[in-house]
Amino acid sequence: MAVVFEKTKMLTDTPFHYCPGCTHGIIHRLVAECVEELGMQNQCVGVAPVGCAVFAYNYFNCDMMEAAHGRAPAVATGCKRVHPENLVFTYQGDGDLASIGCAEITHAATRGEKITAVFINNAIYGMTGGQMAPTSLPGQVTTTSPYGRDVNSAGYPIRMSEMLATLNGPAYIARVSVHDVPHIIQAKKAIKKAFEYQLAGKGFSMVEVLSTCPTNWGMTPQDALKWLVDNMIPYYPLGVMKDIGTEKEGE
Amino acid sequence: MAKVTFNTERCKGCGLCIPVCPKQIISLDTSAFNAKGYHVAGVKEMDKCIGCASCARMCPDVVITVEK
Ligand SMILES: Cc1ncc(C[n+]2csc(CCOP(=O)(O)OP(=O)(O)O)c2C)c(N)n1
Ligand code: SF4
Repeated sequence: MAVVFEKTKMLTDTPFHYCPGCTHGIIHRLVAECVEELGMQNQCVGVAPVGCAVFAYNYFNCDMMEAAHGRAPAVATGCKRVHPENLVFTYQGDGDLASIGCAEITHAATRGEKITAVFINNAIYGMTGGQMAPTSLPGQVTTTSPYGRDVNSAGYPIRMSEMLATLNGPAYIARVSVHDVPHIIQAKKAIKKAFEYQLAGKGFSMVEVLSTCPTNWGMTPQDALKWLVDNMIPYYPLGVMKDIGTEKEGE
Repeated sequence: MAKVTFNTERCKGCGLCIPVCPKQIISLDTSAFNAKGYHVAGVKEMDKCIGCASCARMCPDVVITVEK
């Protein structure tokens, strides 16, 4: 019998600390498999965030740096500029990227830094106990919006992919989901494309991955996948927001 | 002929692999716990497995190896 599927060597044997059914683990696997398939395992630097993925450096079998909250794109900028031959990625939650790190990601994107951001949007602060994030949905109950997010006082959720796609620096920006097997396969293709664009020197790339937080959403892992499909996808539509490969010259 | 192997010490019993199996042969073993205290997923009727690897792709903890 031949092996059809096994754990990629780009992941260490350390078991993930994530909650049962949390889709952070699926996204870790996709990133790791893409690095391996591109043959970059010995030339890859990842930058871990503050958030549930803070221990990502224990899981990816490549060089890893830990950044201060939200500052992963700044750290990645340094890694990439010093060693431009490396594949450099950040792995950031929505609290990290869209809140405290909103300036860093925006300026890395507009500078066209040749790095890739893997942006995990689970519409909540997971690590700190389920507070409202910039991405929490209108009406969403969190520990800091116990009556549901009131857009009159808390404002509206931010669509980072659409916002960054208005800039000239990004080469590729897509939003994907991991709620079922076909979408997981699509998500992997998007991450691989983002890495390929970086390696081709085309510019900044980002893949926003809609992800679940069963623990802080207060649901079973299976119900959380359904909640993502029913509530997140209508507000955060899936698709390619920017792809310079499909744009005409001068656009 | 196909075979799935579960690295049971990594499994957290989340059950996401169960509904994605087209043959519906995965279940949690509620008679035992792993070292972390979870009921782990497994397959009883292995002869029905078609080796599609849907379970392995859905698993958030990279527990499953698939051979065919
Ligand atoms: C400078 C600073 N401010 C605040 C915090 C507290 N803090 C830790 S993680 C986090 C947000 C985590 O949410 P997210 O980035 O969405 O990741 P998740 O845990 O959901 O994966 C916050 C606010 C911190 N560690 N450092
Ligand atoms: S708190 Fe939420 S995001 Fe963090 S590991 Fe648990 S389920 Fe995942």
